[in-house]
Amino acid sequence: MKMNGARILLESLKREGVDLVFGYPGGTVINLYDELMNVREIRHILPRHEQGGTHAADGYARATGKVGVAIATSGPGATNTITGIANAYMDSIPMVIITGQVPTPLIGNDAFQEVDIIGITRPITKHSFLIRHAKDIPTIVRKAFYIARSGRPGPVLIDFPKDVQISQAEFKWPESVEIRGYKPNLEGHQKQVEKAVDMLFVARRPVMYVGGGVILANAAAELTELARTLQFPVTTTLMGLGAFPENDPLALKMLGMHGAYAANMAMTHSDLILAVGARFDDRVTGKIATFAPHAKIIHIDVDPTSIRKNVRVDLPIVGDTRDVLVKMIDCLKGQTEKVTAQHSAMEAWHEDISGWKAKHPISYKQSTSVIKPQYVIQKLRELSEDDAIMATDVGQHQMWTAQFFEFNQPRTLLTSGGLGTMGFGLPAAMGAQAAYPKRQVICVCGDGGVQMNMQELATLVQHRLPVKIVVLNNNFLGMVRQWQELFFDKRYSQTCLELPMDFAKIAEAYGAKGLKADKPSEVEQVIKDGFAHDGPVIMEFKIAREEKVLPMVPAGASLNEMVLNA
Amino acid sequence: MQHTISVVVENEFGVLARVAGLFSGRGFNIDSLSVAPTSDESLSRITIVTRGDDAVLEQITKQLNKLVDVIKVLDFSEDNAIERELALIKVAAEDESRAEVLRIVDIFRAKIIDVTPKSYTIEATGAPAKINAILDLLRPLGLKELVRTGSVAIGRGAKGWKG
Ligand SMILES: Cc1ncc(C[n+]2csc(CCOP(=O)(O)OP(=O)(O)O)c2C)c(N)n1
Ligand SMILES: [Mg+2]
Repeated sequence: MKMNGARILLESLKREGVDLVFGYPGGTVINLYDELMNVREIRHILPRHEQGGTHAADGYARATGKVGVAIATSGPGATNTITGIANAYMDSIPMVIITGQVPTPLIGNDAFQEVDIIGITRPITKHSFLIRHAKDIPTIVRKAFYIARSGRPGPVLIDFPKDVQISQAEFKWPESVEIRGYKPNLEGHQKQVEKAVDMLFVARRPVMYVGGGVILANAAAELTELARTLQFPVTTTLMGLGAFPENDPLALKMLGMHGAYAANMAMTHSDLILAVGARFDDRVTGKIATFAPHAKIIHIDVDPTSIRKNVRVDLPIVGDTRDVLVKMIDCLKGQTEKVTAQHSAMEAWHEDISGWKAKHPISYKQSTSVIKPQYVIQKLRELSEDDAIMATDVGQHQMWTAQFFEFNQPRTLLTSGGLGTMGFGLPAAMGAQAAYPKRQVICVCGDGGVQMNMQELATLVQHRLPVKIVVLNNNFLGMVRQWQELFFDKRYSQTCLELPMDFAKIAEAYGAKGLKADKPSEVEQVIKDGFAHDGPVIMEFKIAREEKVLPMVPAGASLNEMVLNA
Repeated sequence: MQHTISVVVENEFGVLARVAGLFSGRGFNIDSLSVAPTSDESLSRITIVTRGDDAVLEQITKQLNKLVDVIKVLDFSEDNAIERELALIKVAAEDESRAEVLRIVDIFRAKIIDVTPKSYTIEATGAPAKINAILDLLRPLGLKELVRTGSVAIGRGAKGWKG
């Protein structure tokens, strides 16, 4: 059947199983939006800024594992998506972004609202397409989704000129697509797996170091099984939180700059690191020269470029992390005696770890007069549902959430790891809530970052998305202030947000609920009231202004050189 | 260490920008780059001369392979490949130096492709080292302009990489 390009695109989205998109109309997508009115199966959420829409699609993808879809018009609409695209790229989030483009004959003429969005986003997309003919649309959409979700996932941009949206073509959905230059290596090499297992058996001080790749590959269950079978301690990166239950005795919790003392000490003293879906980021390794000096490293990753990018690797295994973990588990099944022997050989190691955990647990000093942010996070865990989804913004509050909110399930933490994007939390929570209207979705923000996409409060109210927004208000750009306190002689250059804001009032102005607490004694009630409210809420907590995130490995220091209390 | 990498890519617009952008964005060096279609019209071949230690080279190869439009990456070394470059050289040639230029051209089996009373334009091909050598000899005579294609390379032996 012949239809216009706009309709072909929407039909193609339907074939990809898309039932929800986040988008913002404009001149070069007006035809697409007109057709959207004829397509009932696709729900559309209108954010108040394209950055919000892109982060929402990202949050949707993180929470569901499906490909998030965002739409924007050409020019300023397209440029507004850039931070969202870069954010998804850095954290390997599957996303398809559709941008309007000026009519094909005008491309290159500096037409009204023309930008070379493919050029601008080239380094922050996994791939991109310019649609030239309506007949190509199904194949391009199919390729875009395939590329976005397979291998190491990432954002793919489709630039869609207005004239192509109007032109007519036959809609033919391709049964399969073949991309000759794109063949992600998903199958872990059996011989390498066997070699790895042999290495595991001779380790005396092993650590599993787990990243977001495990969550992206839906391999949390396999990872947990492997760790428990071997009785190996497990530390996760920020992106890996939830891949292994933090309430398990084997959990070392997060490692790195603001990681747990036990996790960083275990890495430093380890003789074998089993890295799974993690990429040895500088926030995790500290000073590379002194990183894990005694350890042999096995690195499992679907992206060959992650291997040996930052650290030496003794045994690389390229493949889908779940495939490799399953093969490892299978390999162990025939070797129960060795597994048991390995358990007893690690007794001393487990004692060391217990000692480190006891010596410096993640902790804080409670106060009766002023609200401690860590206390709020603990209370949130206590009072929230087990499968609550937690989105965070970027800053101190993000680290306190990572440290004190116990993550026991995959896809329950949505946080900007690689790019560290302030303004991410609120719209990401919005995307997750849109995907799961019935689940509890909480968003922990700072007073700085919440204002970077605060306009999305309107979207939450309009679409009845009951996100529970927690603002930890220290009236500072707290994380930067902390660095200034520690490394710049307390010279607080431009980090005090002079104007005391009334966030509860802002919530009310948008038609949401506003609650606030000034004293520790009020915290619990505010959270209970906020959670009980059937709609979006801002809960503002005035927290200890100069509280620091500790422990801390100063930038460039070794992992075991932690500032524990300053 | 200098390395010559041959990259077989989709012959589509924007692909060169992806490859070049990868090098600039990740701080990899490009000493020279040449690109043209192959015998298979759907493919182009990019030859890049780059520099770096083994770790950098490994990253370059992996990152290139990661690009969706890249179909094959061939990392050449001196003993498994032949490398050639073409140079067009305009050199001052008056009075006594005219004969000297001709002698050099002859020794290097280059060609004069344009003549004026004051200059010769020379076409020279060969391994990059040979081009450098002829330039060293011509430079004292007065180089007016130099255009080099950058290297192209092909594997030795009977086996070909189709396209
Ligand atoms: C878009 C963006 N701009 C700047 C920064 C640098 N930055 C990192 S944390 C931070 C402070 C955040 O302050 P706030 O949102 O109040 O959170 P807090 O650290 O106080 O919890 C800043 C400015 C960033 N990460 N993202
Ligand atoms: Mg703050």
